[in-house]
Amino acid sequence: MAARTGSSSRAFPPNWAARAAWLAFVVYFFYAASHLELTPARFMAGLEHGGKFVTRLFPPDFHRWQLLAKGMIESLQIAVLASALGVLISAPLALCAARNLMPAWATWPARAVMVLCRSFHPVIVAILFVKAVGFGALAGILALTVASVGFLGKLMTEAIEEISLKQVEAVRATGAPFMSVVTYAVVPQVFSRFVGFVSYETDANLRNSTMVGIVGAGGIGGTLFSAFQRFDYDFVCAIVLTIIALIMIGEVLTARVKKAFGV
Amino acid sequence: MNAVRTWERFSLGERMARFTVYFGVVAAIVASLQTVEVIPEFITDAPEQVGDMLRRMWPIAWGFYPEGVQEPLLESLHIATLGTVLAVLMAVPVAFLAARNVTRFAWLNHAAKLVLVSARSVNTLIWALFFVAVFGPGALAGMLAIAFHSIGFTGKLLGEALEEANRGSIEALEASGAPWLAIAIKGYWPQVRPAFWGIVLFRWDINVRESAVLGFVGAGGVGMALDTALNLFQWERAAMILVAIFIVVLIAEIATTQLRKRIL
Repeated sequence: MAARTGSSSRAFPPNWAARAAWLAFVVYFFYAASHLELTPARFMAGLEHGGKFVTRLFPPDFHRWQLLAKGMIESLQIAVLASALGVLISAPLALCAARNLMPAWATWPARAVMVLCRSFHPVIVAILFVKAVGFGALAGILALTVASVGFLGKLMTEAIEEISLKQVEAVRATGAPFMSVVTYAVVPQVFSRFVGFVSYETDANLRNSTMVGIVGAGGIGGTLFSAFQRFDYDFVCAIVLTIIALIMIGEVLTARVKKAFGV
Repeated sequence: MNAVRTWERFSLGERMARFTVYFGVVAAIVASLQTVEVIPEFITDAPEQVGDMLRRMWPIAWGFYPEGVQEPLLESLHIATLGTVLAVLMAVPVAFLAARNVTRFAWLNHAAKLVLVSARSVNTLIWALFFVAVFGPGALAGMLAIAFHSIGFTGKLLGEALEEANRGSIEALEASGAPWLAIAIKGYWPQVRPAFWGIVLFRWDINVRESAVLGFVGAGGVGMALDTALNLFQWERAAMILVAIFIVVLIAEIATTQLRKRIL
């Protein structure tokens, strides 16, 4: 064999494929930026606007707190009910989709439902439900339920597929019917993980429930959108601050719940 | 007399905590069910409305794609990609500040975490409303909205990845008197690289979905076309746009899964 020469003996050989990928990405970056007409001039003009905008945000105006409270409570209701419905639907669906417990004819349809639920943004789903059940909280609840089923279903399926089958086998060996196998061999193994997923999804639903109102599906989003359209920026500031506070409280609460269940 | 000790799965405190949670959850659901405003007539009307919607959607206006869907769809993808890049650029410094093992000032950690939580708490669409008010309607607002919301998510996960980094190589670099930039690039970067690409790909996948709805508040992309179609009750065009979004989201998910397998 020839002695090792030149580049092959270098300790850190240049990775040409990676460099080409980076170069291609930089080219794309400038192409996309020009496509979107992102120019420094426009940006500077925006910053000037931004200064005025920020001064109009403050001080936040909490005078119409009743309207604010009504919207926030509706958002909370949407988040709570969507999470509850989401769990009710996704838990059995995840059981159907778990490949280690169910035959293929059951897993494929269940998985297809989950993919379909996940593929559209909650706002788009909310628009379709606004058409179906009219303006108001119900459309928001249903839209976020669909999103929860897609997300929880996927995570729960993965959790069920990771369980130890020894306990399942042991319970089956006693001649237990299917529901007993689920109750005594599957649920104890996945319960604490499910609690973690559900609290995460409740957080996510709380965030999204402040948004679906923009398309008329109930909650604080509608109030926020109309405040924006009326250039009522100090009220906008009050709403956004309240949303941030609510979501932070929600995160603290779900962290406590996770701790209580040892997730 | 020493009492017989019986085995209990949970201690009294654990049981109390669990009971409190169950009670709180049930109370919240019941309270919401009793107070939520739902108009029953709308529910009974729903099947008819859905049927009407599907009839109006059919036949799907395939011919609309070249003239009215392709451009905004590409714009949405550009928004998602540029927004993700911008988010990463802004999130990296914040992540370094938030990681307790990198930045040894507790108040800086807390400040950085507060920034991340606030960025996450404000939804992309609400960010978009802000930026539309500042920069006017268009893709620029959408891109910034995606970027600012994504800071929270990427910064949090990246900060956690940094906190999990092994001390060994960092200490070796510090002992050799390496400047902080060298420590960041040669010490931390190789350790967090897999996590970094995983986070970026995951966020890009989410942002592709989000970029499709930015148009509803005027922040560019395919959502604007969808909003117009819906406002004009052109359901067959709306159906075309929905199909296009569905396909793009599907492709994005497959692409990120494949890339993740390659890179990680």
